[in-house]
Amino acid sequence: MHDTRAFQVFRAVVVTVLAVVTLLPLYVMATSSLKPLQDVRGAFSWWPTNLTLQPFVDMWTTVPLARYFLNSLVVSSAATVASLVIAIFASYAVSRYRFRGRTLFTTTVLSTQMFPGVLFLLPLFIIFVNLEQGTGVPLVGTRIGLIITYLTFSLPFSIWMLSGYLDNIPQELDEAARVDGCSPIGALLRVVLPAARPGVIAVAIYAFMTAWGEVLFASVMTTEENRTLAVGIRQYSTQTNVYWNEIMAASLVVSVPVVIGFLLLQRHFVAGLTAGAVK
Amino acid sequence: MATTTTPAPARPTTRSPERRRRRRAGWWLPFALVAPAVLLELLIHLVPMLTGIWVSFTQLTRFFIRNWTEAPFVGLRNYQVALDLDGAVGRGLLSSFLITCAYTVIVVGVSWALGMAAAVALQRRFRGRAFFRTLFLVPYALPVYAGIVTWNFMLQRDTGVINHLLVEDLGVLDERPFWLIGGRAFVSILVVAVWRLWPFAFLMLTAGLQSVPDDVYEAAAMDGAHAFRSWWSITLPMLRPVNTVLVLVMFLWVFNDFNTPYVLFGTSQPPAGDLISFHIYNASFLTWNFGAGAAMSVLLLLFLLLVTGVYLLLVNRRSRRA
Repeated sequence: MHDTRAFQVFRAVVVTVLAVVTLLPLYVMATSSLKPLQDVRGAFSWWPTNLTLQPFVDMWTTVPLARYFLNSLVVSSAATVASLVIAIFASYAVSRYRFRGRTLFTTTVLSTQMFPGVLFLLPLFIIFVNLEQGTGVPLVGTRIGLIITYLTFSLPFSIWMLSGYLDNIPQELDEAARVDGCSPIGALLRVVLPAARPGVIAVAIYAFMTAWGEVLFASVMTTEENRTLAVGIRQYSTQTNVYWNEIMAASLVVSVPVVIGFLLLQRHFVAGLTAGAVK
Repeated sequence: MATTTTPAPARPTTRSPERRRRRRAGWWLPFALVAPAVLLELLIHLVPMLTGIWVSFTQLTRFFIRNWTEAPFVGLRNYQVALDLDGAVGRGLLSSFLITCAYTVIVVGVSWALGMAAAVALQRRFRGRAFFRTLFLVPYALPVYAGIVTWNFMLQRDTGVINHLLVEDLGVLDERPFWLIGGRAFVSILVVAVWRLWPFAFLMLTAGLQSVPDDVYEAAAMDGAHAFRSWWSITLPMLRPVNTVLVLVMFLWVFNDFNTPYVLFGTSQPPAGDLISFHIYNASFLTWNFGAGAAMSVLLLLFLLLVTGVYLLLVNRRSRRA
C-alpha cells in the first residue's frame, strides 16, 4: 500500500515544522557555547564569528560545576538503583499474587502522582529535621535525604509500568522454574527478570531522568555541599554578570550523557511502554 | 494479619496438595515484597501529606520549624484568608488559579495535537523516519533546567534569538518586545512548556500505535477510506486507552508544573506567568508563612482530586456505553 499524495504533504509539513522547532534551542545552545562572553552579551548572531572553546574550560571554575555534577551523578544513580530494586519486588508481588490490600496498594501508589509537590515539600523538610534530631542520621543538606526523596518520585510510575510488563510474561515460566526447585525469589531473579529486560531498562531510564532533572526539592533540600546541577546551574547568573556562554556550555555537557543514554535505549523505552503502560 | 494468599489467576489446573501447602506457608511473601515500597511511600508521600494538612490549620512560621507541634492552632483561618476574594491573598490565589487553568488547557491540548500529528506522520516507514523519531525525543530527554534555561536565553530582549528572528530576520515586529516580563510572559511560558511536553505525548502515542495492526488500515483503504477518515475511525478509537491515561497524566503534571516558571523567570516572576505551584512556593518560602501555603496546597489537592474523579467517572461511563 502506498501513501497518498495528501498524506505525504501532511507528513512533510509536520516533520519539517516540528524538526525546526525542536532544533532551534539545540542550535542556540550549541553555537552560543562556542562564543566568547562579549558576543553573547551583544545582539544575537546566527553564525559564531569568534569561535572559542574557552567557555568549556571556564565553566568549571566560575562555579564548582564538577562538584554539582558528581552530586547529581551519585544521587541519581543511587536513587535509580534503589528505586529499581524496590519496584521490581513490588511489581512482582502485584503481578503474581492476589493478596489483601493489593488494590489499595496500587491505587494509593498511583494517586501519589496527583499530589502537588509543594504540599509535601515543607512537611518532608520538617520530618527530615526531626528524624535527624531523633536518630542522628543527617538527612537535610545531605545526599541520603535527596536519594530517598527521589527514589519515591519514580516509584509509582515504575511499579505501574513494570507490573503491566510482568503481566505479559506467562506465568508458566515461573511455574516451570518452581518445579525445577527455584524459590519464588529465585524464579523472579533467574527467569522472570531476564525476560522482562526491556521493561526494567525503561523503568531505569525513567527513574534516572526523574532524579537528574528534579528542581523543586533540590532548591530547598540542598546546601552548598550537596547541591545538584538543577540548582547549581543557576549560579552562573551573578548580580553583575550572566555568563550565558558558560551556561550554554554547561547545559550542553550535563545534557549529553542523559540524552545519548536515552536515545540509545529509547527502543526499549517504547517497548516497555507498549507492553506495560499502554495496554 | 491472617491472610490466605492465592496465586494470581485462578487457574483450573490441579495442584498436588504438597505444592499448595508450600504456597500457603509463604503467604507473607507478597507483603514482604511490597513492604519497602509501602514504607517509603508512607515516609515521603503520605505522612508528609497528612502533616501538611495538619500544618494548614496552624500558624506555622519559621520560628516553629524545629518544634512544629507547638505552632499555634488557628482552625480554618488560613482557608478563610486563601478564599477571601476581597483580600489581597485570596485575589492573588484566584488569579494564579485562573492562569494555571488556561495554561493547562492550552499546553495539554497543543502538546497532544502535536504528539498525535507526529506519531501519525511517523507511523509508516519512510526514509529518515528513525532520525526524526530520535530527534523529536530530544526535548523530553533533555534535563528540565538545561532546556528551559536555553529558552530563557533565547527570549532575552536584546541578546535573544527570538527577537532577532522576529524583528531583524522576518520583520514581523517593528520593535523588540519583552518576553519574560509583562503580559507576553504568558505566551513565552506556553511555548516553553509545549516544547518540553509534546515529545512525551508523541512517545506514548507512538507506543500505542504499535499495537494497531496494519491490515486494519489496508482493509479501510480497500473500502475507499482516505487518510483522515481512517485516522478518525480506526486510529482514534484504538488509541482510546492510551489517550485516557495520557491526558490525565499530562493534566496532573502541567497543573502542578513548578519547574517551567521557576527556571524560566527566576526570582523576577511576572504576574502573567504566576502558576499555582510557583505561587504557593512563593507564598510559603518568601513570606515564611507555611500555614497559609499548606492551606493553599490542600485546596489545590482537593481541586485535582475533584477533576480526576469526575474525569475517571466520565471515561468509565463512556466506555461502558460504547
